[in-house]
Amino acid sequence: MLSFVAQRVLKGVIVLLAIVVLNFFLIRLAPGDPAIVMAGEAGASDQAFVKQLREKFGLDKPLPEQLFIYVKGVVSLDLGFSFRQQAPVAKLIGERLPATLLLTLTAFAISLTLGILFGTFAARLAGTFLDTAITVFALIFYAMPIFWVALMGILLFSVTMDWLPSFGYETVGANLTGLAHAVDVAKHLIMPAMTLGLFFMATYTRMTRASMLEVKRLDFVKTARAKGLSDAVIQRRHVLRNALLPVVTLAGVHSGTLIGGAVITETVFAWPGIGRLMYDALLQRDYNLLLGVFVICSAMVLTFNLITDLVYRLVDPRIEYAA
Amino acid sequence: MADGDWDGPTVALRARARAKRFRLVLLEKDYDMPKRVLLGLLLVCGLAAPALAQEPKTGGVINAVIQPEPPGLMLAQVQNGPTQMVSGNIFEGLLRYSPKLEPLPELAESWSVSEDAKTYTFKLKKGVTWHDGKPFTAADVLFSMEMLKQTHARARTNLAQVDKIETPDQHTVVFTLKQPFGPFLGIFEVGSMPMVPKHLYDGTDWKTNPYNNAPIGTGPFMFKEWQKGSFIRLVKNPNYHEKGKPYLDEIYWQIIPDAAARSVAYETGKVDVLPGGSVENFDVPRLSKLKDTCVTGAGWEFFSPLAWLWLNNRQGPLADKRVRQAIMYAIDRDFAKDVIWNGLGKVATGPSASTIKYYTDDVKKYPYDPAKAKALLKEAGYKGEKIRLLPLAYGETWQRWGEAVKQNLQDVGMTIETIATDVAGGNQKISDWDYDIAFTYLYQYGDPALGVGRNYISSNIAKGQVFNNVEGYSNPEIDKLFAEGAVATPDSKRKEIYEKAQKILVEDVPVAWMLELQFPTIMRCKVKNLITTGIGVNDGFKDAWLDK
Repeated sequence: MLSFVAQRVLKGVIVLLAIVVLNFFLIRLAPGDPAIVMAGEAGASDQAFVKQLREKFGLDKPLPEQLFIYVKGVVSLDLGFSFRQQAPVAKLIGERLPATLLLTLTAFAISLTLGILFGTFAARLAGTFLDTAITVFALIFYAMPIFWVALMGILLFSVTMDWLPSFGYETVGANLTGLAHAVDVAKHLIMPAMTLGLFFMATYTRMTRASMLEVKRLDFVKTARAKGLSDAVIQRRHVLRNALLPVVTLAGVHSGTLIGGAVITETVFAWPGIGRLMYDALLQRDYNLLLGVFVICSAMVLTFNLITDLVYRLVDPRIEYAA
Repeated sequence: MADGDWDGPTVALRARARAKRFRLVLLEKDYDMPKRVLLGLLLVCGLAAPALAQEPKTGGVINAVIQPEPPGLMLAQVQNGPTQMVSGNIFEGLLRYSPKLEPLPELAESWSVSEDAKTYTFKLKKGVTWHDGKPFTAADVLFSMEMLKQTHARARTNLAQVDKIETPDQHTVVFTLKQPFGPFLGIFEVGSMPMVPKHLYDGTDWKTNPYNNAPIGTGPFMFKEWQKGSFIRLVKNPNYHEKGKPYLDEIYWQIIPDAAARSVAYETGKVDVLPGGSVENFDVPRLSKLKDTCVTGAGWEFFSPLAWLWLNNRQGPLADKRVRQAIMYAIDRDFAKDVIWNGLGKVATGPSASTIKYYTDDVKKYPYDPAKAKALLKEAGYKGEKIRLLPLAYGETWQRWGEAVKQNLQDVGMTIETIATDVAGGNQKISDWDYDIAFTYLYQYGDPALGVGRNYISSNIAKGQVFNNVEGYSNPEIDKLFAEGAVATPDSKRKEIYEKAQKILVEDVPVAWMLELQFPTIMRCKVKNLITTGIGVNDGFKDAWLDK
């Protein structure tokens, strides 16, 4: 297993470098650069000023040289300097990463737990009113755009009922500590995490239901019944465990989508994560920061995929790791 | 103003003298026994209470919205709007400007201009210290000028007029100009010319200086904390050089990226101040009607934001003046004001906003007249060639405006293709002259020499530049007028020159002027004196107080 992990990590590093190179060129295809943005903000500019900014940012160098400098930095774990924000990229990402991890992991946990739970119920109660109700709700949450769910959540729970805060990570100026702070953050987390999680929950519900109904028809389930095992044991040990494989695959694939969804969620709820940082960096053509966020997000996705592969083994012992 | 010596603080001193005379009158009347009794009765009846309530109270915290999050707070190096709004509390300039754009003292307590209008002498206020306790001196001013020449595009342009800067003593700075420059006293507010602490920046790498993100200024509030993506916290400067100020203890600038969420934050009481432009315009009427909400359009006099359409004069149908005039007639600007901007703002009459110096409305008028537009297009031989329109990616209001203009132009027979871009992409296209019509709005900085001429003089035509003469208009007469206007004396001469320039430009329509924009500031009524100058919220909250 260790050699499998080592091999995957090595492949991951190569993929990461390929992502860096590809993104390096892709973001430069977009019209505009940081010098144009900054000169525009200053309200006046002359060519000498724009030229001076480009020299300051190293944008006057040939592209291959810029790429070489950047890749050299990344290899030595230096993500560069954000000239827009006047701070090292690693520091800027480090400040925001915990909030994004908290949001995405909570949303992930909510979606997976509720999705599998509702999917199992729906499969067991297939054809009943409850199954139809779960299916309809799952489809509604799947079909509604994240930003719409977010705004409706704010309207209902913040404006109308005043139950939950509408924005932010914590109550600004409250200076809470310890448990009180944790509760405060949790209150702020509920709406963004639910908004982000509900979409994925709907997918997992549908997937679990479909997969369980398919597995239920297989011969080994009949054998288990013939052996006289209780229905609960059959569902848990034989049906659900086998039905989870496609859900696990989907969850691994979703790790990237989850971060994409975080951009919208973080924007609507003013959640101070890297999703919003990435969006701002894109608008401001903050190349180093944008590439830095891409590197970190790609690394996260690769890590999630590795974890998914490892979870396969836990779910299905028949799977072996080929070194 | 530039004609002979002129003492800057005169206006303020006169105002103080008027206030003193008023108090004296009251005191004199106080000796009048029956009136004293009447005053007592009024007090008992509570009729004098509102006047008493206006005495500033100290303490309290203001939560204001800032959008987008500033990329940095070092005003000398970052000049975007949000940076100015936050850092206008931390840094200061030599002067401030009244709503009528008269200079007011800030770090300079007085100033004088030589007879030949080429030498400006500023006397700095004594006893001013930086937030770290070090004294503010003329050396800081000199260093700031050197730094700004390299880092601040607008200051760099303005300082190009300066031949030399001398500091005869610690509290005197003398600027000698190459030639008289009419608007020179108008370039010293905090956003245009922020003072930088020499002792923290001299000899360092400015772009990576650690104080860029924990700035030290002389302003009424000190930087305390910045939780990226959440809030910026400023606290009262206890050693501020204006005794008794600031009144507030703290300011929290809350970072809320989504416009709808910013409206909700105000509605749910989480923020007290929505500076102009914080929410979409269609939300303004609803928020204005909320309980204990006050709205003001003041504080934009210095910037005077003017919206227009860049028209690429170089190529295709727009090279013909008649087509450009047709565009002016074809666009229903009253509709834009009344419907898209909810009645806020004013229809522009030409290149100058009505709030800046030497404005005249004695120019050719372009009312909404589709029939005239069609006739002009026919006369110019327009045959339905495709025109590319770039809306401004500043949010929903601007998108809607883009659609309305497209519809207006299509109604008179023009073929319009909308090109969607983000702000950076739009700037690139405009600076590469790769557009036909493009939305923009720019500040005018109080004087045509600072914020108007740059968009029309032919020496400002250069590919790769943004917000200069990107339309490619070239008229030697206009070049001559703006060159003369900047250096002419006295004021009456400048007025004459700029009025003539406005008439020529409005006839030629190098760009299509749309609206003088108004960005109302929405706040709780308990917030008093938030806006006291023509620079508005960008000038800091040193006069603001809470009527708790």
